[in-house]
Amino acid sequence: MSDLKHLPLESLHEEAGARFGAFAGWRMPLTYPAGVMKEHLHTREKAGLFDISHMQLFTIEGANTAAFLSRACPLDAAALEAGKSKYTVLLNEKAGIIDDLIVTRLGSDRFMVVANAGNAAKDEAHFRFVARDFDVKIDALDRVFLALQGPEAESILLGAGLDLADLSFMTAAEPRENWFAARSGYTGEDGFEVALPEEEARRFAEKILADERVIWIGLAARDSLRLEAGLCLHGQDLDETIDPASAAILWAIPKKIRESGDFIGAEALRRTIAEGPVRVRVGLKPDGRQPVRTGALLLNEEGQTVGKVTSGGFGPSVGHPIAMGFVAPGYREPGTMLVAEVRGNRLPIAVHPLPFTPHRYRKG
Amino acid sequence: MSKTYFTEDHEWIRVEGETATVGITDYAQEQLGDLVFVELPETGKTLKKGDAAVVVESVKAASDVYAPVDGEVTEVNEALSSEPALVNGAPMDGGWLWKMKLSDKSQLEGLMDEAGYKATIA
Repeated sequence: MSDLKHLPLESLHEEAGARFGAFAGWRMPLTYPAGVMKEHLHTREKAGLFDISHMQLFTIEGANTAAFLSRACPLDAAALEAGKSKYTVLLNEKAGIIDDLIVTRLGSDRFMVVANAGNAAKDEAHFRFVARDFDVKIDALDRVFLALQGPEAESILLGAGLDLADLSFMTAAEPRENWFAARSGYTGEDGFEVALPEEEARRFAEKILADERVIWIGLAARDSLRLEAGLCLHGQDLDETIDPASAAILWAIPKKIRESGDFIGAEALRRTIAEGPVRVRVGLKPDGRQPVRTGALLLNEEGQTVGKVTSGGFGPSVGHPIAMGFVAPGYREPGTMLVAEVRGNRLPIAVHPLPFTPHRYRKG
Repeated sequence: MSKTYFTEDHEWIRVEGETATVGITDYAQEQLGDLVFVELPETGKTLKKGDAAVVVESVKAASDVYAPVDGEVTEVNEALSSEPALVNGAPMDGGWLWKMKLSDKSQLEGLMDEAGYKATIA
């Protein structure tokens, strides 16, 4: 545990009674005294505060930035309006997903990229490699990054002195110098992600926490919230062997880019789309109460292996176990009954539409 | 008169004559977090000390509970099927896991008393 990176606000989490664990090289709060169940439900009901400073923000700037990003990602960066965010991926030549990202256009030649903690170093190296052919400047930012998620988020931030009411889902702004605020998140709820300098962060977090509608939320509930919302976790549901068509995230790639974009991995992705993926990501609902976890094999009626669970646990809001995984395309239709192998037992499990809980984003 | 013993794996075993009730400690339930499923053994199953007897599943993970001593399962806590959170709320009372008939009471001598256990988690 000694090599783990520490959150700048670690002492605040300790004061809140957090239980810590290692995640992606960081010492992260897993749960607080409320416990994962209450934390999860509280987020959907009111609002939860997450310290996501383990995630990495990059600014990329220079006259060539849009072209650079459209090469690195299956993205029409030039068409992205200032203040708009887009979910996208970083692909290798085989269209395998190196990471999933949120790209925001800050200005004509400036973009913000938010990357996953565990992939940050790899992403940066990849960006710098691709950038050899472009005139761009890439900076990894040192920020505290907080997410406030849930229906009360907007009014709580207003009370903390930050008015983000003008933002709609997947738009962003720079409300103060060296701050970045986006209406986005990883829970399926309305909410915001705010990056700010460490010197200002403690005071800002304390202002938010002074609102009695807010509690800290740990990584355990972050995981159950995102799974209910049907959102992928890179390293589990996505990795460098999985392409966007198999991952069922082609919605993130504009049709024009799929057809004619010159991004890394384009050829491989077009081939996969033309031939059809050999496995596809689906939602899964185990029958009964027993959770089916990551790694469990999925069998058809004949007992043949037809897939694998990549994320599984319990959904506190839906009140039953939930999972996500990959199956052969013939088994992708919701309602298809499969069997999951768990510790030698065979549990019935149904292919289920995603998300498990409806998204409640504030669309523009 | 019953006597309660504890294991290094955070189980408790309350012995009355030749039978015993087994569960996990308050410390263990706190570490696991909110339980959502408990996989109980079949009545009549023979357990060896150290066997994985029960699987307790929290929102996030599944963990084994080991048999603290040898014996035969005589009863399981059926209430946990519909309400696994009993283990969180009352781990040493309504959240018990299984009862067993002991086959070798001398094995109890290797276990800790409450004071000894508390010293290990302090």
